[in-house]
Amino acid sequence: MSRKDLTLHLGLVALLFALHFILPAYHHGIFARVMVLAVYAVGYNIAFGYTGLLSLGHAMFFAAGMYGMGLVSYHFGVPALPAWFVGVACAAALAFVVGLLALRTQDVSFMIVTLMFAQAAYLIILYFSEVTRGDDGFVIPGALRAIGPFDLSDEGTRYIVAWILFSTALLFSLWLVRHPFGRVLVALRENEERARLLGYDTGRRKLASLVISGTISGAAGAAYAGLFGYVGGSFAGVQYSIFALLWVLLGGAGTVLGPFIGTLFMFYLIDLATEVTEAYMLIAGVVLVLLTLFAPQGIVGEIRRRLWKDLP
Amino acid sequence: MKQASDVILSTEGLGKSFDGLRANNAIDFTLRKNRVHALIGPNGAGKTTFVSMLIGRLAPTDGAIWFDGQNVTEMPAHRRVALGMGYTFQITSVFSRLSCHENVALAARRKAGRGKGEVEAVVADALVRVGLGERADEVAGDLSYGHQRLLEIAMGLASAPRLLILDEPTQGLAESEIAAFKALIRALSAETTILLIEHNMSVVMELADEITVLNFGEILAHGTAAEIHANPAVQAAYLGTETA
Repeated sequence: MSRKDLTLHLGLVALLFALHFILPAYHHGIFARVMVLAVYAVGYNIAFGYTGLLSLGHAMFFAAGMYGMGLVSYHFGVPALPAWFVGVACAAALAFVVGLLALRTQDVSFMIVTLMFAQAAYLIILYFSEVTRGDDGFVIPGALRAIGPFDLSDEGTRYIVAWILFSTALLFSLWLVRHPFGRVLVALRENEERARLLGYDTGRRKLASLVISGTISGAAGAAYAGLFGYVGGSFAGVQYSIFALLWVLLGGAGTVLGPFIGTLFMFYLIDLATEVTEAYMLIAGVVLVLLTLFAPQGIVGEIRRRLWKDLP
Repeated sequence: MKQASDVILSTEGLGKSFDGLRANNAIDFTLRKNRVHALIGPNGAGKTTFVSMLIGRLAPTDGAIWFDGQNVTEMPAHRRVALGMGYTFQITSVFSRLSCHENVALAARRKAGRGKGEVEAVVADALVRVGLGERADEVAGDLSYGHQRLLEIAMGLASAPRLLILDEPTQGLAESEIAAFKALIRALSAETTILLIEHNMSVVMELADEITVLNFGEILAHGTAAEIHANPAVQAAYLGTETA
C-alpha cells in the first residue's frame, strides 16, 4: 500500500472526525446518516465494483442486519452491541446461502436471481407481520439503544459511532483491494475465464466476495437500526437495492472512496432539489443523466482517469 | 491405464461431440516429458477442442485424460493448473485494464509457498524473458497485439507449469517477434514440457521434437518433423493445401 493512498484515506477519516466539531446541527445529522449508508455502499462496491457481481438484491443483506439486530432488541431486550453482532451474523449467513444458489448464474441471470431473492425476503418481512410489524415497522426501545454509558440516540454519540463504523469499513476495503485476495477479485471482474485458467477457484472466490460484501452491508443495516431506532420493511424494498447501485455508480465503482462520495452527493442532491421544487426527482434525474454521459466512471472514477492513475 | 514414467500426459479414446458434430474422435495421445510436441492440422481439425479438454475448459463426451499418473478427466480446470498444467489462450485473453506486472503477478502468486519477494522476482524474470521488461507498468490493453501475445506467454512462464500448452502462440506476430519466440521456446524446453498448437510450419519444423497431426477430429499421423514432412497423407490433408 503506497503512502499516498494511505494519506488520502486517513485524511478523509480525519476530516470526517474534524467535521464532528464544526458542522451545524442539520448537516451533522446528514453526515451521520450518510456515513452509515456509505458503509452499505462500501459493502456493495466489493461485490459489484471490485468483483463484477451486479446484484440487484443487496437490500436483503442490509435488511438482514437491520432485522437481525432489531428483532432481538425488540422481542428479547438484547442490548445494542450484542444485538448488532446478531444482525451482522444474520447478514453473513444469508449472503452465504444466497451466494451458494445465486452464483450458479451469471450476468443478467445473476441480477434477476438476486432481485428475486430480495423480493422474497421483503415479502417474508411483510407476511410475518406479527413478528416484524410488517410495513409499519417498529421502534427499538430507547433504553436498549446504548453501548455502556453511551446513548446512541444522542446526536454526538451517533456521529462518532457512525464515524468509527465507516472508518473501519473504508480502511478494511482499502486493505482488501491491495491484498492479493482483492487483486484476484479484480481479475474475476476483468476476465473470469482467464483467472480460472491461472488456477484460481473462481466459484469460491466469488462466494467469499459476496459474503464479505453482504456482511458489510448487514453491518450498516444493523447500525442503522441501532443509531436511528427504526426498523421497517421499506429498507428491504427494491429501491434500497437500487440505491446502493446508484451511489456506487455515481461515486465510482471499483474505487475505495467512490461509495462515500456517491452517497454524500446523492443525499445533498436530493436535499437541495427538494428546496427548489416539489418535483425534486426530476432535478436528481437530470443530474444523474448528465453524470452518466460525462463521467461514466463516476466521480472518483473520473478523477482516477484524469488525475490520479493509481488511486485504489 | 498406467502411464510410463517418462509420460506426463496421455489420453485414451478421447472424444467430443457438439450435438451432431463429432469434433474429436477416439484420440489416443501421449506426451513425453521435456519435449516440445506440436499439434497441427487444418482449420477445423479439432485442435482447440482437444486442448480445451486437456486443460478442463470443455468436458469430454467420452474417454479419459491422465496427467502425471492421475486421472484428471473429471477435475475442474483450476485444480489441473494447481497440478502443474499451464495454458495460454489462442485468442489473446490478458487482463486488459491491469498493468503487465499485475497480469503476470496474478499468475505467479498462484504457485503455493511463494512469498512477496519471490513473486516479484518471478514476475520480473518472466517479463524480461519475453522482452517486456521495460513495459511492466503499462496497461496490458495498450500493448500492441504481438506484445499481448508475449504477455500471455509471460503469464504461462510465471506459473512455472510442468506442462505448458500454447494455443497458436505466434498467430499475429511479426517475423522478428517469431524469431524471438523460437529462441524463447528453445530455452524453455530445457525446463518444461511444451505442447504447441501451431499453424506456422517453420515454427513447428524448427522447434518440435514430435508432431501429431489431427484431421477431421482424429489422429492422422504422428512422428518427427522429417517423418511428418515426408508423409503423403499429411501432405494431402494439410501441407499441400495449407502452405501452397
